[in-house]
Amino acid sequence: MNLKKITGNQLFKTYGGTTIALVILIVLFSFTSPYFLNTSNLLNILLQVSIIAILALGMTFVLMIGEIDLSVASTLALSGVVLGVMLNNGFNPFLAILVTILAGILAGLFNGIIGAYFGIPTFIVTVATMQLFRGIGYAITDAKPISITNDFILYIGNGKIFNIIPVPVVILIVLAIIAHIVMAKTKYGRQLKMIGGNKVAAKYVGVKINKLQVSVFAIAAITAAISGILMASRLYSAQPNTAQAYELDAIASAVLGGTSLTGGYGTIFGTFIGALIIGVINNGMNLIGLEYFYQQIVKGLIIIIAVYIDVRNKRKSLEK
Amino acid sequence: MDTILKMKNIRKEFPGVVALDKVNLELKKGEVLALLGENGAGKSTLMKILSGTYHPDKGEIFLKGNRVDIKDAIHAKELGIGMIHQELSLSPNLSVAENIFALEEPTKFGIINDKKMIEETKKLLDNLGVDLDPTDIVSDLSISQQQMVEIAKALSTTPDILIMDEPTSALSNRETDKLFEIIDKLLKEDISIIYISHRMEELFKITDHVTVLRDGVYIDTVKTEEVTVDELIKMMVGRSMDNIYPDKDFKYVTDEKLLEVKNYNKKNFYRDINFFVRPGEIVGLYGLMGAGRTEIAQGIFGILQKDSGEMFINNEKVNINSPSKALENKIAFVTEDRKREGLILSTDVKENIIMANIDKILNKFKFIDYKEEINTANKHVENLRIKTPHIYQTVNNLSGGNQQKIVLSKWFEIEPKILILDEPTRGIDVGSKYEIYELMIELARSGVGIILISSELPEILNISDRLLVVNNNTIVEELNPKETTQEEIMGIITKGVKNQNES
Repeated sequence: MNLKKITGNQLFKTYGGTTIALVILIVLFSFTSPYFLNTSNLLNILLQVSIIAILALGMTFVLMIGEIDLSVASTLALSGVVLGVMLNNGFNPFLAILVTILAGILAGLFNGIIGAYFGIPTFIVTVATMQLFRGIGYAITDAKPISITNDFILYIGNGKIFNIIPVPVVILIVLAIIAHIVMAKTKYGRQLKMIGGNKVAAKYVGVKINKLQVSVFAIAAITAAISGILMASRLYSAQPNTAQAYELDAIASAVLGGTSLTGGYGTIFGTFIGALIIGVINNGMNLIGLEYFYQQIVKGLIIIIAVYIDVRNKRKSLEK
Repeated sequence: MDTILKMKNIRKEFPGVVALDKVNLELKKGEVLALLGENGAGKSTLMKILSGTYHPDKGEIFLKGNRVDIKDAIHAKELGIGMIHQELSLSPNLSVAENIFALEEPTKFGIINDKKMIEETKKLLDNLGVDLDPTDIVSDLSISQQQMVEIAKALSTTPDILIMDEPTSALSNRETDKLFEIIDKLLKEDISIIYISHRMEELFKITDHVTVLRDGVYIDTVKTEEVTVDELIKMMVGRSMDNIYPDKDFKYVTDEKLLEVKNYNKKNFYRDINFFVRPGEIVGLYGLMGAGRTEIAQGIFGILQKDSGEMFINNEKVNINSPSKALENKIAFVTEDRKREGLILSTDVKENIIMANIDKILNKFKFIDYKEEINTANKHVENLRIKTPHIYQTVNNLSGGNQQKIVLSKWFEIEPKILILDEPTRGIDVGSKYEIYELMIELARSGVGIILISSELPEILNISDRLLVVNNNTIVEELNPKETTQEEIMGIITKGVKNQNES
């Protein structure tokens, strides 16, 4: 077998299943609704999915080492609240953004340190901090939304570059490119993969597992904070109860994109495709006018089928 | 003797590989048949066909003269075929009895009858002459005890044929003898045994016939008493091998100390460890399973950090309290359990090889240079003759010997000055073993200091320059391997055990 053929096969195994699923969905919806394939609708899909997709980028780092972060949606909401409070108190929007992201990092460090150094499974840690962070958000705002009026912040969520491309889409793409490079092309990314593949073996070649575990939770929290800023901007207000259960969509995006829940396997490109699948399903069903609860049923089934196809492909490739 | 099992012209193909072709096997009632071959020769595949895991593409299987089509593992059990797997397949969190009766628990109205299960287990264990409590939790048992449970489990279904895949690879000599006693007992009960092992001396002790496979092809079946080790090896590897061990035709390069360990202590793990290694020297560390050999190595490598003691490399004091410090000081550690501690099984060959030295393949922007990674991997695959279709192969699919070579490549990448090898040839065929010895000697020649931990005495006596005997978590004796005997070493160890019991 020559090299090109192998990498071709590899690429197909890695992305084939989910990409085909995406294409099938797009073709399907383009028949059911004439508006589906409009450029504006396609950009709209990207816009709608941008917040979930950014969360999913961070989630991919956590899943890569075989851990999980269920607190990202709460971090998102809390970040929005921090932003709202800062702006309301007359701080410069750039400073407000910076502090918001730092607050997010703090939340991530908390998750990471408790998990890595206190030996509590991250599933449990983040189930707890999911409550904790959400609660802090409610406490700060008295459970009321804070309206946002700053023009620059509103531009981030609602503006369009060249009057066509929504700013959140640009942010998503830039973050995705950075995340891809970090994951696929750096020593850091490779070490994450090693931890997920075999923690003990990684330890024996000198990988500092605890430190890296803390770092991935910080990354997940940064993406949550950025998503929080976008969310507050798009809603014109910081709402402590926003983005409920978004962590599950983020996990679903990553898993749809071929990331393994047990770690050691995953790509940013895959996660991006996974998020698009979720966006396309939502958008397509809205255009058809399917009622929300039917949408949920369809979405659930599609996720199961797509992940099954992926799991089956991988199992085949493992069995020689 | 009657023939109980006949496998004829078996063929099995996997995508891209013919694992078995025209393979025959004949097992007589009440005999032990050895199945011999290098790793990747097809022994495991053939046994997986017999035990119902795989289905052959071609060929016939006759049990007691009747043609059978073995559908799956449960069907194989019903037909009276039991298997003891090379890798222990017990649930560590369950008790001995629960493991033995897994899925076949005696029940009363659908509820597990614990009392009966424990009684039956006791009966089985007594019959085997094994002193174990049926309610013991498996994770609390030693590997050899777990092996006994595994055997009891296979016997619980009263098989006619018992397949044993490398049953002694984790056992000490004493435990091996115990296993042989059990095998004798089973033969008296008319059970026929197919025995897979790489340890030649065992085959001559217990088997009646030997069937040899090479590269998935049937070579021959011979009477054990009419064949020599050399002839068997020749059949296995397809060429004659003059020696099992290569010659180490030089002594250490200089007389200075490369590594020196002084008064290393860690409570409950190792105590009063004092020894040194010269450049180019191979120091053997011999002891029984559980004597503390691995723990000493883990102490040196910074995994089991010392409570007290000093270490010097080239007479300079170093403090190694983590594996990354060990790597900085060019210490490499080929661990005992390559699958758990050495490899990322789900990842490909190239990523496993570069694991310990990713910095090497970073370009000036600190990004991974894939070309460099591929070149590095190819270089090792070629130098160490790793048998893999390509470097993108998942290591899970490679044989034990080739996996071990990948672990070695991984450590060679850091250009170690000190190399610790813990049971480097366990579960590896003769051909690969020889290659691994050669690699060790080559490294020693270039000035690397080697610590070889092994429970195979012949290996350690032939390869090492000096031999340290480990017992009861400390080094009890230093011997010259050229002048000592197996008896002397076992004497030292049993004396140590006696003293310990008396004190």
